[in-house]
Amino acid sequence: MTNAGSEFRTCPTTGLKVHLPAENLIKANAVAAVVFLLVGTVMALLVAFTRWPAVHLLSAEGYYRALTAHGLNMLIFWIIFFEIAVLYFASAILLNSRLAAPKVGWLSFLMMLVGSLMVDLMILQGKADVMMTSYVPMKADPLYYLGVILFAVGALIGVGVFFATLVVAKREKTYEGSLPLVVFGAVAAGIIAVVAIAHGAIIYIPTFLWSLGIIGPIDPAMYRVVWWGLGHTSQQINVTAQIAIWYLLATLTVGASPLNEKVCRSAFVLYILFINLASAHHLLVDPGVSPSWKIWNTSYAMYLAVLASMIHGFTVPASIEVAQRKKGYTKGLFEWLKKAPWGNPGFSALALSIAIFGFIGGITGVTFGTEQINIISHNTLRIPGHFHATVAAGTTLAFMGVTYYVLPLIFRRQVVVPSLAKLQPYFFGIGILLVSIGMTFAGSYGISRRHWDIAFTGAPFQLAIDPTALLMLSVMGIGAILAFTGALMYILITVFTVLIGKRPA
Amino acid sequence: MSISVPERIWWKPVDKSEKIWVGLALTWCIVMFIMMPLWHLKGGQNAPSETYRVTPAQFQKATQEFIDKYKVGEEKGTAIVAPPAGSDIYLNSMMWRWDPILKLEKGKTYRLHLSSMDLQHGFSLYPQNMNFQVLPGYDYVLTITPTTAGEFYVQCNEFCGIGHHMMVGKIIVS
Repeated sequence: MTNAGSEFRTCPTTGLKVHLPAENLIKANAVAAVVFLLVGTVMALLVAFTRWPAVHLLSAEGYYRALTAHGLNMLIFWIIFFEIAVLYFASAILLNSRLAAPKVGWLSFLMMLVGSLMVDLMILQGKADVMMTSYVPMKADPLYYLGVILFAVGALIGVGVFFATLVVAKREKTYEGSLPLVVFGAVAAGIIAVVAIAHGAIIYIPTFLWSLGIIGPIDPAMYRVVWWGLGHTSQQINVTAQIAIWYLLATLTVGASPLNEKVCRSAFVLYILFINLASAHHLLVDPGVSPSWKIWNTSYAMYLAVLASMIHGFTVPASIEVAQRKKGYTKGLFEWLKKAPWGNPGFSALALSIAIFGFIGGITGVTFGTEQINIISHNTLRIPGHFHATVAAGTTLAFMGVTYYVLPLIFRRQVVVPSLAKLQPYFFGIGILLVSIGMTFAGSYGISRRHWDIAFTGAPFQLAIDPTALLMLSVMGIGAILAFTGALMYILITVFTVLIGKRPA
Repeated sequence: MSISVPERIWWKPVDKSEKIWVGLALTWCIVMFIMMPLWHLKGGQNAPSETYRVTPAQFQKATQEFIDKYKVGEEKGTAIVAPPAGSDIYLNSMMWRWDPILKLEKGKTYRLHLSSMDLQHGFSLYPQNMNFQVLPGYDYVLTITPTTAGEFYVQCNEFCGIGHHMMVGKIIVS
């Protein structure tokens, strides 16, 4: 079975055995991720420059189209392509194993690629101006739904290859004992991915059939309940993958070890069991669910998922502190932090990801889960204010940070212009922080999300918008310029590194 | 290290600092866990609501009857309706308008019926910033009591097509 010795190389830096077909798949998925990030980033700037009243760049049609494309390219394509790369890395590379079925991996990649191209094509042709949520009875071209389904099934197959690789590694005894913590976290992400994609199948397949006219109308309340089982749960894949990467980056950047494996692993298990409940906060002002449903889903076990985040938010920084103190940075309370490798983009991305995700993303998210606060936040800019702090600052920044290790270890290229790479996480992190703060406060003044014109051109009545809200939208706009610059720096650095970066000796 | 296999027995006692943190976090979580139902029952800040199935045609008919009965004027082509205190009042939504304009009395309680003729819409009361989802096929009944006099606006905050930003309605409280 394993006469595939020639299919491996040994990494000179880490000593890990690298399965070459796995490496190629990691490369393909990572490259696709960055390409879709570029599309999403261009859309981001267009969207932000339209919401910034001083600029108001696009037409209404252009804005809603760009916003739909922004959501799908960022939240789905960029992140899930990258996550599939992370899953292959965590299984095949970290466990010194071969990838279970590289050909199936390529099938998964192809399906995801075709699916995402179909979706983007439909959106850019104006056949799917429906936002990422595509709430029925708003209808898109059937090919749009088919693209989403192809992408989701492809991703599910990729997750299957990941689980199969775990089985292969165990059976072929490429490691002894328990899985490393990072792999354990990836398993948690994989399980949550299966739950999310199952919800996706339950809702997108009937919606596709409905768009073709084969079945009758889809109940809008039911659609929302099931769609958010996909929509929010898929964000929990991101959170879980991102936290696995926090542990990975803490090890790679300062040599940190988990303080207590029991605590860290239990926290991941809490995510698997309870985090799906967070999707309830999209439905707290809906007519389709009863008051008792709302009480049950805001209380019950939702806070056990929050507990898991509180634990990771402690154990990751604490493990960094312990590692730094072991190096002799023991003066006072904070020498360990001051002497941290802030010039290493892997570390600064990690630190910013933890801080912004925890303090802004986490806290804003938990408040939405309160029935009463939800009344003043639902569908306002507070919602994107929250998820830019979680998914953009948290997940995307963590993925950016780990890229600076993937480039030399997997692509075997030295990062070009390291001085630019040093600054990149700060541009992106601080930019997104401003975007998030601007949106959150503007939303508190009743500025709604997914809205082209707060001057309400053509409306029978104009609302007097509070000047503070306008100021906050400018904060968002300035943050968007910074974040756009940071994302562009990241894209240029990765593309040029892959194309012309020096091969390490 | 988090990327290598842990020691054989990793189920070990937890350090004191970690125990304190987990204890604090868990306590806070339990407080929140209890606060959610408690605040629903005792906080007095919920939106008391009921939901019924309704077809767009039925809701359209109910709204029209309501308008015919209590119409007192018109503004920008939309009827102004002044219903008696305590009555059932209707606010219909469609691409891209709210119908009718409601004229309510401060301190009086009404049963506000919300539904949609076509797509999903969002009832967002401005400048109060109170938001409710409006779905076609559902009659969402909110029991409301205006506590401030003045003119208020209802902006749609669920994307409903190209004219979404023009969908602004009005509520007058005197």
